[in-house]
Amino acid sequence: MPYTTADPRLAGPRAAPKRRMRLSRADPVFRSVVWQILIVGVVVAIAWYLIHNTSTNLAARHIATGFGFLGRVAGIPIGESMIPYDPATDTYGTALLIGVLNTLNIAVIGIILATILGTLIGIGRLSKNWLLAKLTGFYVETLRDIPLLLQLLFWYTVLQGLPGPRQAWHIDDIAFLSNRGLKIPRLEWQTAHTWALAAFVAGLFVTWLGTRRARRRQDATGVRPAVWPVAVAVLIVLPAIVWAALGAPFVLEFPALRGFNFQGGLTLAPEYFALLLGLVTYTASYIAEIVRSGIQAVPKGQWEASRALGLSSGAILRWIVLPQALRVIVPPMTSQYLNLTKNSSLAVAIGYQDVVSIANTTLNQTGQAIEGIAFIMAVYLTISLSISLFMNWYNARIALVER
Amino acid sequence: MSDAGIHVPTAARTQTVVASAGLAAWARLNLFGSWWSTAVTLLLGYIILRVVVGVVEWGLIHAIWTVPYSATGIADTAICQVAKGTGACWAVLTDKYRLILFGRYPYAEQWRPAIVVLLFIGLYIVSGMRRFWRKELVVVWVVVLAAIGILMGGGVFGLSDITEDYWGGLPITLILATFGAAFSFPLAVLVALGRRATKLPAVKLLCVLYVEIIRGVPLIAVLFMASVMFPLFMPAGVNVDKLLRAQIAFILFAGAYLAEVIRGGLQALPAGQAEAADALGLSYWKKTAFIILPQALRLVIPPLVNTFIGFFKDTSLVLIIGIFDLLTMGKVALSDPPWQSFSTEVYLGLAAVYIAFCFAMSKYSRSLERDLNRARDR
Repeated sequence: MPYTTADPRLAGPRAAPKRRMRLSRADPVFRSVVWQILIVGVVVAIAWYLIHNTSTNLAARHIATGFGFLGRVAGIPIGESMIPYDPATDTYGTALLIGVLNTLNIAVIGIILATILGTLIGIGRLSKNWLLAKLTGFYVETLRDIPLLLQLLFWYTVLQGLPGPRQAWHIDDIAFLSNRGLKIPRLEWQTAHTWALAAFVAGLFVTWLGTRRARRRQDATGVRPAVWPVAVAVLIVLPAIVWAALGAPFVLEFPALRGFNFQGGLTLAPEYFALLLGLVTYTASYIAEIVRSGIQAVPKGQWEASRALGLSSGAILRWIVLPQALRVIVPPMTSQYLNLTKNSSLAVAIGYQDVVSIANTTLNQTGQAIEGIAFIMAVYLTISLSISLFMNWYNARIALVER
Repeated sequence: MSDAGIHVPTAARTQTVVASAGLAAWARLNLFGSWWSTAVTLLLGYIILRVVVGVVEWGLIHAIWTVPYSATGIADTAICQVAKGTGACWAVLTDKYRLILFGRYPYAEQWRPAIVVLLFIGLYIVSGMRRFWRKELVVVWVVVLAAIGILMGGGVFGLSDITEDYWGGLPITLILATFGAAFSFPLAVLVALGRRATKLPAVKLLCVLYVEIIRGVPLIAVLFMASVMFPLFMPAGVNVDKLLRAQIAFILFAGAYLAEVIRGGLQALPAGQAEAADALGLSYWKKTAFIILPQALRLVIPPLVNTFIGFFKDTSLVLIIGIFDLLTMGKVALSDPPWQSFSTEVYLGLAAVYIAFCFAMSKYSRSLERDLNRARDR
């Protein structure tokens, strides 16, 4: 609204009159320029000094520089890999790529499991049941106070102390837990499954469209058409039909004991299993506290007012409480996800070959410490940045929109 | 309050009525409130009972506290091997606790690290008491940290000279955490101020880069940098020992995290404080030292304590670059052949030490938070 009065106090701040910088201590602009030149100068001088020393040292020790080693044959034996790898022929580049994939693997699975476990424990702490509330409280207090590395070493020795494959603990010959890790049946993947998955993804898209249309109808008419029949049809029935039409293949490959070890099935190696167990239980103790404080941050009056409006508990949770709790939960949750990803680098202590472990072996073999460390830092900075960008986008979406 | 004048029976009132009816009523409300709650109580009660009985049997009743030694002084762990699975072998701790706590420090001189540990604990307690929150506390820290350095290293006052190669165990953990916090704190204050210096864009950029890069990478990467890259940074002939390199890495790492905590305090302070200081004609440094920092730092003391707990646990990561802190000494103790298979007992012992420190600190942080909130709400 334009002001009609001529009162200069209402005209808002005026731009300061432009004037030239004076070369005097009394001029704040001059002072700030001097300070910046001084500080940046000192930092640049230190950096130059370190770089100069490094290049002299590298030359004196005849250490090569550059990333040429990425193309050379690595010869690092790697136990667990998501892509085919042969130490005799594959390069350092491939080995490092496997490390990155292993890190991402443990981070993604760990984040999903820690979120589920942490949420359950956080809700448990708010339970009306005294025993459950105290027990979950004990879990949180204890696990937070023990260094993660100690917990990882503990889990690793526990898993290694399990009986051998022949005496493995098992559930009906389906899943086996032994000192070789956890063995579970594996689905034999066939083309029918790929197509069913494609149908499911298409179904997700259709459901999303349906939800959007339903919301628009609700805005226009006040009546929300039901989306769930469409969702069930395209998310469950359609993939099932596709799968059945292609012959409904369903073959499970069971792990079986042959000689001294298991054959077939899906394996969670002791290293991977210990790392996952440690990361998930440790991070869950932090996530539980975040979830608890998020739920507690929603005032009781919100529940009471929603009930007074006649909403069902499900609707209250979905439309009133969760949106408000998430605003409190998401920012600290982001830093926990980042922590879990960074903490996965502790894998190096128990022999799971993540990016730090493989980069460390690489820099020991090639002697190129700077490139190795730079690679580790680049990988983690990229992951950290991606997670924070995504979570910032999500946070902005759920943030309170004020006038 | 009830400005409408309608009398509503409050939940608190019914609660007290029920509570006064005794234990049975309390149990009915909190343990058997619904069929779902009853099921949870019964299931958890059964599991807890089984676990507690198992732990007591394993850890106390069937536990073995001492083992005989052979003529050459080697522990004979045969009885522990027999009891494995049914009883804990705490003998590993009674045999190795000096090694785990004080490392390979000369046996006769181990009273020195013991005093160092007590000094550290005393320093924490004094720093935690609010009546000592004044400028003189800085002097106390300088004096105590210097005394700790002298006690550990020796070479003066008739104390024998003991090089860092022999330091180990709990003192190393405490040194890394405390010296790390003490030195990173001024750095963090400067970086936090720099990050808010909108009139110095170049300085702000440097601070943002430092904080975001350090916080974006795992501590292991920083420690690796200290252990393998640092020697390359130094001019030829200069050799910085391993512990100091790890300490520097730790200070740089802690600085970035502390800077973010302090920045939170700076942001929480109302802008009116800085504006009033400007109106009084105070210079930037006077404004910062006398108006801004005293208030901003007071706001963030609870999160600072929590960050410190994190650093305390993070010191265990130096295991990976081969520094003999508490956790590493635990692993060293386990490498002794007779004790190799009793890692659970050692890890539980280590966990107890870490829990003792962290639990005390977090308890303190929470009570402090409550006190400060109460003062602010009033």
